[in-house]
Amino acid sequence: MTSLGTPAATATDLQDERLATPQGITDNVRAAIRRVRDGDLGSLPVIGGIVVIWTIFQSLNATFLSSTNLVNLSFDMVPVGVLALGIVCVLMVGQIDLSVGSVSGVSAAITAVVMVKHEQPMVLAVLAAVAAGCLIGWVYGQVFNRVGVPSFVVTLGGLLAFLGVQLWLLRGQNAINLPYDSTLVRFAQLWFVPHWLAYALAVAAAGGFLATGWVRARTRRRAELSSSSLQWLVTQSLLLLAALLFAVSYLNRTRGVAWMFVFFVALVLVMNYVFTRTKFGRSLCAVGGNAEASRRAGIDVRGVYTAAFVLCSGLAATGGILAASRLAAANQSTGTGDVNLNAIAAAVIGGTSLFGGRGSTFAALLGVLVIQSISSGLTLLNLDSSYRFVITGAVLLIAVGLDSVARRSRQAHGRG
Amino acid sequence: MSEATAVPGAATDTVLSLRGICKHFGAVAALTEVDLDVAAGEVVAVVGDNGAGKSTLVKVLSGVYTPDAGSIVLRGEPVFLDSPALAHARGIATVFQDLALCENLDVKANLFLGQELRPWMLDDVAMEKRSWQLLRELSAKIPTLDVPVAALSGGQRQTVAIARSLLSDPQIVLLDEPTAALGVAQTAEVLNLVERLKHKGLGVVMISHNMEDVRAVADRVAVLRLGRNNGVFDAASVSAEEIVAAITGSTDNVVARRAARRTTSPQAEKGEL
Repeated sequence: MTSLGTPAATATDLQDERLATPQGITDNVRAAIRRVRDGDLGSLPVIGGIVVIWTIFQSLNATFLSSTNLVNLSFDMVPVGVLALGIVCVLMVGQIDLSVGSVSGVSAAITAVVMVKHEQPMVLAVLAAVAAGCLIGWVYGQVFNRVGVPSFVVTLGGLLAFLGVQLWLLRGQNAINLPYDSTLVRFAQLWFVPHWLAYALAVAAAGGFLATGWVRARTRRRAELSSSSLQWLVTQSLLLLAALLFAVSYLNRTRGVAWMFVFFVALVLVMNYVFTRTKFGRSLCAVGGNAEASRRAGIDVRGVYTAAFVLCSGLAATGGILAASRLAAANQSTGTGDVNLNAIAAAVIGGTSLFGGRGSTFAALLGVLVIQSISSGLTLLNLDSSYRFVITGAVLLIAVGLDSVARRSRQAHGRG
Repeated sequence: MSEATAVPGAATDTVLSLRGICKHFGAVAALTEVDLDVAAGEVVAVVGDNGAGKSTLVKVLSGVYTPDAGSIVLRGEPVFLDSPALAHARGIATVFQDLALCENLDVKANLFLGQELRPWMLDDVAMEKRSWQLLRELSAKIPTLDVPVAALSGGQRQTVAIARSLLSDPQIVLLDEPTAALGVAQTAEVLNLVERLKHKGLGVVMISHNMEDVRAVADRVAVLRLGRNNGVFDAASVSAEEIVAAITGSTDNVVARRAARRTTSPQAEKGEL
């Protein structure tokens, strides 16, 4: 391709004279600022939102940003976060699952019943609960694909039906307590990463970021495509390293980094890989963008829908197990109330489009951090849940409103 | 494309020929005894009025409909195209009128949609390289592949759709109304693209409503009327009136009359005004 009279020094993808090519760190920063101005906000609004929320609560109550409270926050956000991760999957294909709360409740009940009532090993209980979740998702997929009932209605039915199943499983007793010495409860309440290992993980994460970026840049250079400069990559990695080390050292002042939180982050990273680097993830985005075009491109659209529902319900079940472990009990109200809407709100606040085809797993992570920060802050202020509902609702509205404005700007600036 | 480039300009080398294609929908005969030949490096325009059977013909060729009777011969070999996938595998690529692109995905993701390299660890680099190669071959005017298709113009989208059809090295490209929704400059861009396909030695079947476009790029013009062949013309020598006459089935119609009025007595018309 380079023999077409263009100098070999110009990468294949940068030969168009209309392109402005960033060189060096200042250009990269400038390009990033221009992206934001054009409305390609990425995660910025959520991160800004978190900063605002944290500042407000910290000024109202000095314990909010204390290490102890943040450690608690890192625990409490995980169950809803896993649910939100599932919601991202169905939102990607342009569908919705309203029943994640009920499914998580059923899964918690199954875990408790199998473990406590039938005295089976923990592993069996967990597998049974997750399998039940996946089965529920599969049924949703079949009803949606074959009967053609909108996902909104299918899962609304599921919301009620599985609440019933949960109550039936726990009939006669209000709650089943999980033994305190079980692995699940200890995982969700007591297990922390040793301090040195937490630092090591932080370094490994930044190193991994640098290494993958470097390998990617090298393959691109070899293929005569443009690649980000090593300088920029190292700067990014160092910033990441500094942020991670600071977070770890702050949490390490008290109990440290919870294994449950590490589990959640790992889940987010794995799902992110699936979304962005596999054919399946591409198919999810494609179906969410244009199902008919995907079908004509040879994608098994029905299969993709089913997979999304199965992933969502499976993750909901996982979240339910974690919620029960956190509480050391499965009760009739596990997964009821605002759990459902918190999970959906978290995904949307994080920047996942309700109309399909756009979103990332980091949306679940950041969104749930917002939701849980509000909830934690208001609890510290001794305000009752009425405030929490109103404030969470307002934040959701602001987040979606901001996204709509940004989308218009993106379209006006040709960034889709 | 190695096979196809071996025969540039050899317009006698028939790649695709249809003989006696019939297709009925209930009592309606959409196609009756239709014949069509396409050679390598040749652009055949298929024109006709609404309901003449153009779209049905495209769907028969792309494997969406199976014909009730008649034969399709591809490179001297009779083929039975009973699914779009099979037609695609046999080297017939179709660009449908609605393009079928995912607007939320970027250009390279759209080009390789459903045919991604390395399913469990997408080979973005190889896909991007191949994308650039395809687009450069078409001299496409797309500055960057990183933008979602939603940000492209109509002509650029058409380019992406055509480039995607070339990904599998087809021998025949079917274009259904490629210029219908485009402006002047974009239409010219797409017509250039059609010419480039021709020079690559591909057989091109172009459905169109626009006489100027047809005469600009086509080598031959096949007219369909009420589901039957109504003449094949040499695009270089035929006049627009002749084609219109074949489309409408008469030499005396509103289009021909108005054209005649304009060419014979422009002065008189002005005088009247």
